[in-house]
Amino acid sequence: MKFALFTGCVAKGATRELMLSTTKAAEGLGFEFVEMKSASCCGAGVVSEKSPLLADALNARSFSIAEKQGLDIVTICSTCQGTLKKTEAHLNESKEYKEKVNDILEDGGHQYNGTTRIKHFANILATEEGMARLKSRIKRPLTGLKVAAFYGCYVLRPSENSDFENPDNPTGMEDIFAALGATPVYYPSRIKCCGFPIVMMNKDASLGMSGNALVDAIDNGADVVATGCPLCHLSLDSYQPEIESLQKKNQSIPILHLPQLVALALGYTPTQLGMDSHIVSTLKINQILSNSASSSH
Amino acid sequence: MATFRIKRFNPEKQPEPYFEEFELDIPDGATLLDCMNEIKWTLDGSLSYRMSCRSAICGSCAVKANGHALLACQRQGEHLLDNDDTITLEPLGNMKPVKDLVVDFTPFWDKINKVKPYLEPKDEAPAKERHQSQEEFLIIDDASTCIMCGACYSDCNTLEVDDNFLGPAALAKAQRFVGDSRDSKTLQRVQDLSEPGGIWDCTHCAECVERCPKPAKPFDRIKEIMTVALDNGVHNNNGARHALSFTNSVKRSGNLNENRIPVESMGIFNISGLLSLIPIGLRMLLKGKVPPVIHHSIDEVDDVKRIFKELDQ
Repeated sequence: MKFALFTGCVAKGATRELMLSTTKAAEGLGFEFVEMKSASCCGAGVVSEKSPLLADALNARSFSIAEKQGLDIVTICSTCQGTLKKTEAHLNESKEYKEKVNDILEDGGHQYNGTTRIKHFANILATEEGMARLKSRIKRPLTGLKVAAFYGCYVLRPSENSDFENPDNPTGMEDIFAALGATPVYYPSRIKCCGFPIVMMNKDASLGMSGNALVDAIDNGADVVATGCPLCHLSLDSYQPEIESLQKKNQSIPILHLPQLVALALGYTPTQLGMDSHIVSTLKINQILSNSASSSH
Repeated sequence: MATFRIKRFNPEKQPEPYFEEFELDIPDGATLLDCMNEIKWTLDGSLSYRMSCRSAICGSCAVKANGHALLACQRQGEHLLDNDDTITLEPLGNMKPVKDLVVDFTPFWDKINKVKPYLEPKDEAPAKERHQSQEEFLIIDDASTCIMCGACYSDCNTLEVDDNFLGPAALAKAQRFVGDSRDSKTLQRVQDLSEPGGIWDCTHCAECVERCPKPAKPFDRIKEIMTVALDNGVHNNNGARHALSFTNSVKRSGNLNENRIPVESMGIFNISGLLSLIPIGLRMLLKGKVPPVIHHSIDEVDDVKRIFKELDQ
């Protein structure tokens, strides 16, 4: 299966371990991901604050690049996914608007036709075909590991743009965890906001949100949180030492990118997946996996 | 037989809320509100909740069903049953419960009042009506549909952690006047709305869009105010600086320069803001998580620049 990989900016910047682990996960799963090197930033719902038309034109240009290659787009960031889907919805809402955007693209040799689907990495795995492929390639089941999903709100809401079946009560990520041999942990905050979008504007509120989510995950017995969004990862991992509610309880919890979790089960080592670059140590994960492996022998 | 698990609260009798279960055969086609009425009329007359029109117009009957706010009269009871044939009902969130499913809307109304939800016209009232074109009307049409049910306020992720936030309903109402062609106070309004607790404290989670029973969709309205604020030069705040820095980065290189955006969002004269970035910066530096110092452009960045130019951005 071949996809055009829309990397997003953060996977090439502050969370390069996401890019690294995506490459490994794709390799292990036998997916061919072709990096879209001329696609622009999705705008993260921020460029559209300045100009909605500009944001849509830039994203429509990216879609047309994938259309020319005849490939569907795979994203590895909930924010990219939600933002791109929003542009797609705008373009399909009105013929006039689509024509207006195509007029802007024309001079660059691009045209949006709407032939390319946009899927988050989790959504290409959480299909019958994806699951079958996943299960057949697992080398190191994640037995004994209790994993809490943190979806990243852009991939769920507005629900009409989401590929998850029931965005208010999704199971796609948890189904993947179960297929990997891990134990999914369900907790109310898994579909909430991590607070990252306002960390520059209202840091207390932002860290309040990430703190509530992590305390919720820990209280429900999670060993690790796995997210499909690198912005959530920044909020939950990089800012974790500053989260007061966790500090007070003297608690911490490792945060993985979804491709890291998948690639671990495919047999890659934590170092190959950049897990040593996280702010919160991920060593606990290996210990749990080693313990459950030795107790089963 | 369906089970209604209802959060009960009567501070005169018991300080803590508790869940009580009622069994009910949901009549064919009954709305959730019909079911609540049936419980009140036949099983327990002391059950308290707000209701009036039964037609999704008055906005009185918003409650939380299975964890999410909705209008009880707008949904079929059958459709809300979970796997155990149960519906869990709780009062709206982010407001204090008064009794059972009734909450105190005072902060909600205070915030609506704070955005001056009335027209401040440009000139003396004409002899007849003030005309608006179809295009002018469409700008404020969606916000006008808000029925003040509080569903968005209940589930707002920012309000959960910061009750200073004006919240989605008040901000949607604000857009109704920011966008009104007859209003004279657009600049003043967007300046006020750019203060802490205003538009830039919205965390983009779109819960309000999901819960809104009408086309008002507050998050979409908040974004419209942001655009008006930026277009009117209201830039002296972290939210506006963040949006401008972000957009300029894409203009220059086609992607985001993560090293510049925190500094530019804080503002280069904002010493305490800049100092607050040091701990996270150091932590990430020590782990090698800092984005590349030399920022690379995407391939074919000239075409991206052309699009910016064509749109005068």
